[in-house]
Amino acid sequence: MTEKQSLSFVLNGESREVSIDASELLVDVLREKCGMKGTKRSCDVEVCGACTVLADGLPISSCTTLAIDMDGRDVTTIEGLARNEKLSRVQQAFVDHAAMQCGFCTPGMVLATTALLETNEKPTDAEIRHFLRGNICRCTGYIKILEAVKSLV
Amino acid sequence: MFITPFTHHRPAGLHSVFDILAKYGDDAAVYAGGTELLLALKARVLRYEHLIDLKRVKELGGVRVENDFIGIGALATHYRIANDPVVLASIPEYASLSDGIANIRVRVAGTLAGNLSFAEPHSDPPALLAAMGATVQLVSADSERSVPVSEFIAGEFTTMREDNELISEVRVPVTQPNEAFRFRSFGHLERPAVNVAVGCKNDDGKTAFRIWLGAIGDHPIHAEKVETALRGVPRASLRDVLPAATEEFTSGLSATSDLHGSADYKRHLASVLMQRAVNEAAESASSKES
Repeated sequence: MTEKQSLSFVLNGESREVSIDASELLVDVLREKCGMKGTKRSCDVEVCGACTVLADGLPISSCTTLAIDMDGRDVTTIEGLARNEKLSRVQQAFVDHAAMQCGFCTPGMVLATTALLETNEKPTDAEIRHFLRGNICRCTGYIKILEAVKSLV
Repeated sequence: MFITPFTHHRPAGLHSVFDILAKYGDDAAVYAGGTELLLALKARVLRYEHLIDLKRVKELGGVRVENDFIGIGALATHYRIANDPVVLASIPEYASLSDGIANIRVRVAGTLAGNLSFAEPHSDPPALLAAMGATVQLVSADSERSVPVSEFIAGEFTTMREDNELISEVRVPVTQPNEAFRFRSFGHLERPAVNVAVGCKNDDGKTAFRIWLGAIGDHPIHAEKVETALRGVPRASLRDVLPAATEEFTSGLSATSDLHGSADYKRHLASVLMQRAVNEAAESASSKES
């Protein structure tokens, strides 16, 4: 009934072409076919933010996105932020502030923060909390995360 | 979870969409953001042999301004709506509502038209759109009609949309200088337990309210009795009338106890949120006038 489809997209700055089924979810294609294991599957219902990736610079839940919908688009995973072995400024701020405990939510937190600062250079505390509200840290290490984000404003 | 395989269609124009729908009927579903549909497909609550992606249908995009309304195209995401300069200037309370839906990822992918079509009762847009007098434009291969949002949602996951129709646009009247809207929503989960939308209009010193409740029932509820009780009441005397009016109305509402809260809790929330929204709308409308 279904045939393989070709997904052409830019992943972390590199053009990719992957053969997929239309029913495959983005999180599975990224993890299993593109090796981007930093994208985490957790709640599976677009609530927790662990599977966050950026599509054309804005955050989406890869667990509830069809991979085929990324055809022609620009996708960034956590692996795409560092350049030439150098962490991005958001990644570096998370390291400097020890803004992680178990680390499972960290890729999503870092990517959401990256999108926030791209769209709003000087967010207020309330704007930071509002934007990151959909990223859950079950270790509850929110204070350190907020400190890391605020250090960039 | 994995989705049952389907054939994916990506038409570029409305005509092709209607052709595919005509060919496959109930076996086909349309989607844009997929934030509601994919959850149902993953949970295997729904299953389709054909999915039609609308994102490349050029007729459905964008936000446009007419004289007295804002046309929100079917592909406009909540994020787009929340940040659109025209929406912010002309229907500011709706922009603010859009900015509060679910979380940033859902707002970036999900569309207003998809939200209304899915008709999940625990949703923010319907109550405020009903209070604002918004309408849904429905198009099919050979017809177009307009349905008020207040009538569009018929029940839980049920709308007035026929299988061969699509929402092309949601039309929201521009908020007038002598009126103000306030929306209040509360829930401890991603979706609201109860929400209240209030419109307040001053006509030659006479105040009229429009009050709608959302999420507590399976479709938006018009609080006509509260509107009647408040008619002609001067702002300074609202406090004498308002609590009794909202409590009488909400105590008679049917509500179900579920994960969002007990039925009594929801009725209490409805009353409290309604009082706050009425006061805020009245104050905002009067400060706009002076």
